[in-house]
Amino acid sequence: MELDLSMSWLIGLYLFMLAAFTGYEVIRRVPSILHTPLMSGSNFIHGIVVVGAMHALFNADTTLGQLIGFIGVVLGAGNAAGGYVVTDRMLAMFKPSQPGKNDKE
Amino acid sequence: MLMLLVELSGLVAALLFILGLKRMSSPVTALRGIVLAGIGMLVAVIAAFGYMANVEPSAEPRLLVNLFLVVLALALGGAWAWRSGKRVPVTDMPQMVALYNGMGGGAAAAVAAVAMTGSAYASDPLHITVTLLGALIGSVSLSGSVIAWAKLDGRINSAWRFEGQKVLNGVVFLIAILAGALVAAGIGVGYGMPVLFFVAALAFGVLLTLPIGGADMPVVISLYNAFTGLAVGLEGYAIQNPALMIAGMVVGSAGTLLTVLMAKAMNRSLANVLFSNFGEVSASAQGEVAGQMTSVDASDAATTMRYASSVIIVPGYGLAVAQAQAKLYELVKLLQAADVDVKFAIHPVAGRMPGHMNVLLAEAGVPYDLIFDMDDVNDSFANTDVALVIGANDVVNPAARTDKQSPIYGMPILDADQAHQVYVIKRGQGKGYAGVENLLFYGENCDMVYGDAQAVLSNMVQAIKELAA
Repeated sequence: MELDLSMSWLIGLYLFMLAAFTGYEVIRRVPSILHTPLMSGSNFIHGIVVVGAMHALFNADTTLGQLIGFIGVVLGAGNAAGGYVVTDRMLAMFKPSQPGKNDKE
Repeated sequence: MLMLLVELSGLVAALLFILGLKRMSSPVTALRGIVLAGIGMLVAVIAAFGYMANVEPSAEPRLLVNLFLVVLALALGGAWAWRSGKRVPVTDMPQMVALYNGMGGGAAAAVAAVAMTGSAYASDPLHITVTLLGALIGSVSLSGSVIAWAKLDGRINSAWRFEGQKVLNGVVFLIAILAGALVAAGIGVGYGMPVLFFVAALAFGVLLTLPIGGADMPVVISLYNAFTGLAVGLEGYAIQNPALMIAGMVVGSAGTLLTVLMAKAMNRSLANVLFSNFGEVSASAQGEVAGQMTSVDASDAATTMRYASSVIIVPGYGLAVAQAQAKLYELVKLLQAADVDVKFAIHPVAGRMPGHMNVLLAEAGVPYDLIFDMDDVNDSFANTDVALVIGANDVVNPAARTDKQSPIYGMPILDADQAHQVYVIKRGQGKGYAGVENLLFYGENCDMVYGDAQAVLSNMVQAIKELAA
């Protein structure tokens, strides 16, 4: 089965526009006490670049390309893994004074 | 068919990322938020192996080697970052975020660079332009973040400034743009022009970041975070992966908003942070300050707080440097046991990033419902018996309200000076980041408690315990 999965530049622009609004709206409501975990969390999310780097390395057809691709995947994996661990550690520290009582906030 | 699976998993990942970010908007659900996003990442990475089913014909002979390289690189990068992330102390987290962010920017640039080395490269001009733009932004983010990391980590201490710096930065930036344009136009075949492009882009990131002082680094890191997001989004278009486009752009816009909020909290515009040399001229513009500083013993201050009915604590980065958060919470618990109403007042830029202080207090076990934002707590100072300022300086300087000459004039501050009595725990008589005298310290209702925060707080805890005995 052959599927056409390519996208036009116009669809790309639509995606960018909607994603930009999404990011703005999601962050706008965040209390400032969560800004640092949030910066770290968004830092983790752009770790998805590791998928792009994997794509690049799979398609590398020169030795130089393989080398750069390898570095790219190392960096991307580091971004994703490091971002996750640090965010997780930060968020694990937040707790209310009486557990369970403030859940309705 | 496998490709469809890759695409659908990307959709799932994008959905989980956005849900995860949304969950992070409340402390109650935040932890589940990052777990959701983590699952999304795992799904996307596993599915990315499906790309093997559809590689360029020219890359097929190398596929096995490439698979091996991918697995090795994932293991290496992931394991290193996982370990370093687990080990880093909470005070050092901002620079680790900078480092991980730079790695993401570098990965985005690498995606572009690999595409440029490939033989199937150079299809249509739009494609190449997007690829190069992502590479430019990613490279700046990589080198800039590394400098930011080095500065926060204390590896580079002085801000590096010289005559004509802006001109040099402009020239380097132009070289990067020009080289990029030539590559896009297909002129300068071979590796010369692309190498020049990347070198200039990396150099620009370094030059842009070096002159910026340590106090402004959080804003810069947040900006580079947005940059990396943008670069990832653009490379996502280049490889036709909607998950990268959505995740990158969400981070790009969220990061930009966060950066603007941070700059606003410091009463600076973004341009001002990036292109002015803050802290150089301000010290000379200072006039004489009326009044004098008075100091008091830790035990006296502790006794006053013990018999006060309300205390607001204003923590600053100095508290974290002294690693005294746990000691502080011990003091708070003693005060609470004596029926004192204790609140924490957090300035938006307390610590090294917005919210960093909250994380530091949370680590010490301080419940987040004792912690108040500036806007929520500022009106309470006038009705408060004691304001205890620990390791904070510029954020409580009333000059920001009154002195139009002051470089921090107009910055929103915590009105600690309006409390009936102010105690300031401070190591010495030095100035804050902004390099200005703090009028609060000279106020009649203010007494200084000199010493290391850890030692002073220990004395206070001791004094209160003795009162009770």
